[in-house]
Amino acid sequence: MTNIKEPKKYEVIGTRPLRPDGTDKVTGRAIYGGDFEMTGLIHGKILRSPHPHARIKSINYDKALELEGVIAVVTADDLPVNPDGNISIGYSRGNILAKDKVLYVGHAIAGVAAIDPHIAEEALDLIEVDYELLSAVMNVEEAMDSSSEIIHENSFMKEFGEMTVTNNNIDEHFQHKMGNIDKGFENADLIVEGKYSTVMVHQGYIEPQAATALWRTDGSLTVWNSTQGSFPDRDELSNILDIPISKIKVVPLEIGGGFGGKIPIYQEPVAALLSKKAGNPVKIIMSRKEVFESTGPTPGGYTWVKIGVKNDGKITAMQSELAFEAGAYPGSPVGMGSLCVFAAYKCDNQLVDGYDVIVNKPKTAAYRAPGSPNAAFGTEQVIDEISQKLGIDPIDFRMMNAISEGDRRVDGPKFPVNGLKQVLESMKNSPQYQKKLKGSNKGRGIAVGYWFNVGLQSSCSITVNTDGTVNLIEGSTDIGGSRASIAMQAAETLQIPYDSVNPSIVDTNTVGYTAVTGGSRTTFSTGYAAHLAAEDVRDQMIKRASEMWGVPNDSVVYSKGQFSSDADPELSMSFKELASQLENTGGSIAGKGSINPKKVGGSFAGSICDLEIDPDTGKSTILDFTAIQDAGKAIHPSYVEGQMQGGSAQGIGWALNEEYFYDQNGIMNNSSLLDYRMPTSLDLPDINTIIVEVPDPTHPYGVRGVGEANIVPPIPAIANAMKRASGKRFYNLPMNPPAVISKLNQDL
Amino acid sequence: MSKKVHVQTIINGEDVEFLCEPRQSLLECLRDVIGMTGTKEGCNDGNCGACTVILEGRTVTSCLVLGVEVDGKELTTIEGIADGEKLHPIQTAFLENAALQCGICTPGFIIATKSLLDHNPDPSEYEIRWWLANNLCRCTGYDKIVRAVQESAKKIKAQAGG
Amino acid sequence: MKYVDYERPTSLKSALDILSEKGDVTKIMAGGTDILVKLRVRSEQPDLLMDSKEIPELNELSFNHDTGLTIGAAVPLYKLYADADVKKYYPALVDSTTIIGGIPIQGRATVGGNLCNSAPSADSIPTLIVLGATASIQSSGKLREVPVSEFCTGPGSNVLKSNEMLVTINVPAPADNSAAHYMRFIPRNEMDIAVVGVGSYVKLNASGDKFESVNVSLASVAPTPLNVTEISKFLSGKDVNDENIEKAGQLAKEASKPISDMRGTAEYRQHLCSVLTKRSINKSIERIKGA
Repeated sequence: MTNIKEPKKYEVIGTRPLRPDGTDKVTGRAIYGGDFEMTGLIHGKILRSPHPHARIKSINYDKALELEGVIAVVTADDLPVNPDGNISIGYSRGNILAKDKVLYVGHAIAGVAAIDPHIAEEALDLIEVDYELLSAVMNVEEAMDSSSEIIHENSFMKEFGEMTVTNNNIDEHFQHKMGNIDKGFENADLIVEGKYSTVMVHQGYIEPQAATALWRTDGSLTVWNSTQGSFPDRDELSNILDIPISKIKVVPLEIGGGFGGKIPIYQEPVAALLSKKAGNPVKIIMSRKEVFESTGPTPGGYTWVKIGVKNDGKITAMQSELAFEAGAYPGSPVGMGSLCVFAAYKCDNQLVDGYDVIVNKPKTAAYRAPGSPNAAFGTEQVIDEISQKLGIDPIDFRMMNAISEGDRRVDGPKFPVNGLKQVLESMKNSPQYQKKLKGSNKGRGIAVGYWFNVGLQSSCSITVNTDGTVNLIEGSTDIGGSRASIAMQAAETLQIPYDSVNPSIVDTNTVGYTAVTGGSRTTFSTGYAAHLAAEDVRDQMIKRASEMWGVPNDSVVYSKGQFSSDADPELSMSFKELASQLENTGGSIAGKGSINPKKVGGSFAGSICDLEIDPDTGKSTILDFTAIQDAGKAIHPSYVEGQMQGGSAQGIGWALNEEYFYDQNGIMNNSSLLDYRMPTSLDLPDINTIIVEVPDPTHPYGVRGVGEANIVPPIPAIANAMKRASGKRFYNLPMNPPAVISKLNQDL
Repeated sequence: MSKKVHVQTIINGEDVEFLCEPRQSLLECLRDVIGMTGTKEGCNDGNCGACTVILEGRTVTSCLVLGVEVDGKELTTIEGIADGEKLHPIQTAFLENAALQCGICTPGFIIATKSLLDHNPDPSEYEIRWWLANNLCRCTGYDKIVRAVQESAKKIKAQAGG
Repeated sequence: MKYVDYERPTSLKSALDILSEKGDVTKIMAGGTDILVKLRVRSEQPDLLMDSKEIPELNELSFNHDTGLTIGAAVPLYKLYADADVKKYYPALVDSTTIIGGIPIQGRATVGGNLCNSAPSADSIPTLIVLGATASIQSSGKLREVPVSEFCTGPGSNVLKSNEMLVTINVPAPADNSAAHYMRFIPRNEMDIAVVGVGSYVKLNASGDKFESVNVSLASVAPTPLNVTEISKFLSGKDVNDENIEKAGQLAKEASKPISDMRGTAEYRQHLCSVLTKRSINKSIERIKGA
């Protein structure tokens, strides 16, 4: 393993080449999930619950089947039975097609396949469902109240790792602690606490979920879809449909955004079951309304934070309670939020309690640093409050308490080398922070955020072409330019030009297991696998050269794209020359690389936000914004900046206007891109970026994934800016104009 | 059963004829009837701009146009922007400025940019942001898209001058 | 969307014939930017969509210093706001029409459609009301004129009968020492529906220090666009000063009857009525003085 101490000089890494898939994506030729076509294709639509919580008494679809053009209808009865009562698979199947109860508006009930999508949609109206309505539980406070309607009658709360006999809407309560929290608070000169609430928001990818399934008569299933991970999809299809993975092939098409939301599968099993009945390939594309109501948003909930500090600025105690909405089935990102809530701060006394809470809303999914923004909305505001009270610059205060290598995170692990202090330093030295912000109703806020990043399995293979180019075969779907960043690492290792690497993203039958494009892992892990495959190719090429030249293997060196031998200075050959001779010297060369990195360095990010509030309307305008992030080593700086800008934009939207707006009946009222207000080009300022590079020593090129941490700090940075602009502390998201006006008028 | 209507149109300079039901949008006709899938669907109600095409010289969201309406009309789609294999300067500028991440909104943005620069060859940053406000991008935060549009304007001017 | 037939008449007569025969199952379409969404979510399910864009009378856009502005019901917004006379004499119409949807919507949508869609949030209706516009409505053999202020009867409903169609909107010629202005509040800066919209029309005396007449109309605060006659009564003959304008804002707030929904609470909307009314009246005054 390479250990990088000093910045290295690279040929390819750090440059900004064009992405290999670029031409297809600017000409409309790239094939995304919804663009797939094949002979015999028919179209599916899904009937969804109009009620947030109801028992299904009966479903009758006879009339739908009679409609001309309708070919098949499926319901939960077409899913495999669950005799062993595996609760987790039961939940997975339940979210695909509701069995006895519907648990949220938008919950799938039946699938229809027809010769065209309009007929399939008309057929949905002909399906009769008889419901017995139940009262809905719509937020964590309500759900944690023991008198609330129980959503899962047969499941029990897990507490501190043990199953209890309590049947309530809390799926799990866990705790992390270190030191002595009481003593920590006793030693504090100042204690600040607050409860900070957020509401459900969506990833907002522009491409709705789209999938086509073909179930052949030989029992094999092929799925073409838009996904963040074809292998996890394959495994999940195997679980849900109870067929072996060897019978399933998932072919990933181009993906139009995911941000975590295209990790789970939704309509794929329904399309598969419809295909099985119909005998045709079935394509299902979600509507935007379905995307909002029936996929996995990220939760609302609360983060209560209490921090004690000495007058000199040293933090003595940090305590938090986080309760997040899981949605209709367990699995909110509260666990991840709890790891991030105090990650930036060194403190010996910490206590964190987390609650995963079931509510009658769609099952939540990952969204860019899942859980961390919700947690930071609390922590970073309390930290800001303390720094204001102590009269210390907010960056200095964070620097005084910043974690270092070897410090412990509340859940146990010690921090490896990290770039938090360098991020803070860059924030302080940034042009924006150096400039004074003047004028009334204006404020500057800063915040930092953390994401731990994951490793997980990746595989690549590289084959050598006779013209000296190579084919790079990978399994990571490319959402934001990862073909480029992975190919660049292969080119660097092989010492060949970037243009000589032709990347292909292939199906689950064609490359080794590769986990999701998510967790900020792709450039790290798949890049690492590409590097290993490139090393394998290089070593085989060295061996081939030694055989051709009849010199010892260890006398051949490969440097600057040339093979040469210590044994004879006359012997020299370029990569391209050797590639052209492979056929007659033993045949083609293929290298492979597989990895499952366990110790991955996380990434810290910071935001600086200057904004102005219109005191009459409550509208906030962002005047200037800088995003700072530790990229370890920026492989393709443009795409690193792009991640930082994109994460910032999503954070800004989340802070100011985005929300799932539910009425009293548990119905989302704003399930369109008109009323779910994501930022337009006119709502955002230029987003300045500063890339910090503190290499991760566990990666051959020092990479740290940059996909996620950048969404964390914008939200509290905006809240802190609003505090400084208005004098008011904001405890709830979104901080939209009505909320600002009601806050400004509060104490008047 | 439903009745289909014959539509004759010009798409990217070529005569195209197709049959469609009146309820089928232009977007659906382009994608599912004619097989031109470069134009994307993001919302189907005019709020994301992924399906933007140029109809009779004006950008429209093709999800809010019926296929039958384009009879006798002229259209430009993303497939008609490049000159054969030679990319249009806007396409090159989007690539060079890393103005796309997932790329699903890109055809709509390129079409909208084409129409902007046809109307206003030298737009200010505000004018760019205003013109493109009907096109949502969730990946980039628009920063690099704005740079790409500015770069496109320069490239087009240089091309015209040279 | 359920199956629907489509017709595109090229004369007013054939359009009216269609409406006489099957107006009760027909929806008229101009730009289509509202009706197609309604068909898709099935809040409207006509048997026939009648495209009005090829009818010559509906494409008229003309200005005359005596009779004012005639806007054909199918004239797209971009044509309207690019028109030199509209820009010069009716800047409030430019205010309204450049904020409906984004550029692609403005390439299709029409003021006629905005009026006939009759949404309480429509951005062009308050402007038409304060300018004193009328709607020319035609059925076979009958033409009637309805003031735009009386056109809408509820959210999505209006005075049009099933055999009638809107042909033109007629806006009076501008008077001396007068100007109008429209503004709305939205949380984003584009692509949004008015949380509150305010159109104002102000006519001052020759010396510019007294209000002769003022009209204010509000969007999104009642089931229909709301004409605040209390402001007209109050401000007529009064001095142009902050105190009186402040009072006008208060009157707008009192007249409004908003609901709470995803776009804003009732309380917040009332607050905005006052803020925006003051701002809009001041903008109209600025326009008079700038002219």
